[in-house]
Amino acid sequence: MNKDLKDSMPTDNEVILGILNNSESALKRLYTAYFPMVLQLIINNNGNEDDAKDIYQEAIIVLYNKVKAGNFELSSKLKTYIYSICRRLWLKRLTQLNRYGGDIRDFQEYLPVDDEVEVHSDRDIQFDKMEAALQLLGEPCKTIMEDFYIYNRSMQEICERFGYTNTDNAKTQKYKCLQRLKKLFFQQK
Amino acid sequence: MSDNQLMDVIERYLNGEMSQEERMRFELLRKENNDVDQRVAEHQQFTGLLKQYAERVELENRLNAIHQEIDVHTLKENLMVHPAWIVQLWRNHHSKISVAASVALFVVVSVMYLTGSFNNNNSKYVELSNKIDKLNHSNESIKSSINDIKRSTHIDKYTGTGSGFAITSGGLIATNYHVVQGADSVYVQNADGRSFKAKVLSSDPQNDIAILKIVDNSFEGLGTIPYTIRRGESDLAESISTYGYPDGKPAYHNGYLSSNSGLKGDSLRYQISIPINYGNSGGPLWDSKGNVIGITDSKQAQAEGEHFAIKSRYLLDAIRNIPADSLDEKVVLNKKNTLSHLSDVQRVKKEKNYVFMVKVYAN
Repeated sequence: MNKDLKDSMPTDNEVILGILNNSESALKRLYTAYFPMVLQLIINNNGNEDDAKDIYQEAIIVLYNKVKAGNFELSSKLKTYIYSICRRLWLKRLTQLNRYGGDIRDFQEYLPVDDEVEVHSDRDIQFDKMEAALQLLGEPCKTIMEDFYIYNRSMQEICERFGYTNTDNAKTQKYKCLQRLKKLFFQQK
Repeated sequence: MSDNQLMDVIERYLNGEMSQEERMRFELLRKENNDVDQRVAEHQQFTGLLKQYAERVELENRLNAIHQEIDVHTLKENLMVHPAWIVQLWRNHHSKISVAASVALFVVVSVMYLTGSFNNNNSKYVELSNKIDKLNHSNESIKSSINDIKRSTHIDKYTGTGSGFAITSGGLIATNYHVVQGADSVYVQNADGRSFKAKVLSSDPQNDIAILKIVDNSFEGLGTIPYTIRRGESDLAESISTYGYPDGKPAYHNGYLSSNSGLKGDSLRYQISIPINYGNSGGPLWDSKGNVIGITDSKQAQAEGEHFAIKSRYLLDAIRNIPADSLDEKVVLNKKNTLSHLSDVQRVKKEKNYVFMVKVYAN
């Protein structure tokens, strides 16, 4: 761990306010502050640095969403919270991979966070489905969906971009695309 | 309105693109038409998920960008827990170490065989017999000290003890016949350690019951007996307890009633599952309410954990059969149980004042 990293360890409040204000630098400081801790946990418990990256990013996302949802009450140190989430996620992953040997070498104290990890996993499943559905949808539907529903572009813009003769045609096309996307999404088990 | 058009309306509604009037009309429609209402909710949820998905992807990209800047390799080197050198040595070379150890063991054993180490047992026998001599010696010294003790104690040289319990406040005490059988004199000692002279008022050898009476001048009566003696039979599995003087020390035990008959269908006794010893003989057996249901009678114990108690009915009979001329006054048994509402601890605290150690002196 280099010294600069340690010195720039953000306070818990800084991190939370930073996330709420969409501060890129706060996110970066958060990320770099606790990654070594999680890397240590994973590589010493049957994982490699890529597993560490996956697990750590998932944990940051859990924290990020929780803060954004506005119901985040810090009942412990942020460090402990992140460690606990990563630990739980890693245990789950190890069990799925049948690599769990029955005990885990710990480096920090931790809290029970099973519920939060469960909620996160459910959500992840939904996103995976959405990703697969969008892939299957193909062009131009995918871009139309993204432009309209994600980037909030107007029908007029979309119409010009794809060369539809009028917005009604574009709307009909968009409607068909949405119906297909829903079908693809809900078809998956 | 086609689905296509409905969707358009829903989207305009959700995006807040409707005029006030149009909005109110649509909200009315939503209220009236459940189907439309559901479509709105569904659409809102689905497009919400789509948006959240996009946000997630964006966040992941941001995190990945940050991750790029971390020197993971160096960190990893520093954070890996390196096992102790001996563990590493074992991990890397365990097969070689095993072979070496086997060879070494083989060499040691063959050398020992060749030099005759295995035949040399005599010294051990000598050691053992030395030990036995020593033990004999210490045994002798213990014997002599025991004799010394025997010679010096002439205060309380009772020859047997048992337990007994009060059946009247005037000092009638029930116990086993075998406890007082052949006694020259009998003393009873209460929970406070005070001894009173007693005599055997009547005995019923057949049922192994004896009734004693305290005849000591210093005896002042017992106060009302808190328990009653039950005439009816108790049920199997009833929780039972006893208090007595095994080995001359007061002790409480509890257990349960395991059979309504004793050895070989003996209807005089209950079989009880309760840890009792010889000195418990003649002690009271209480049910969970504190009624006397028997006299613990350890004489019959033959197997581990198998104990017996004489049913209280026979005690009542024995009391009734006390010869009238040996009584100063009629026996009045207590009719009211004042223990039934107490906890076990409180109950035993009271009961123990009515249980005596029976000390028997015989030549």
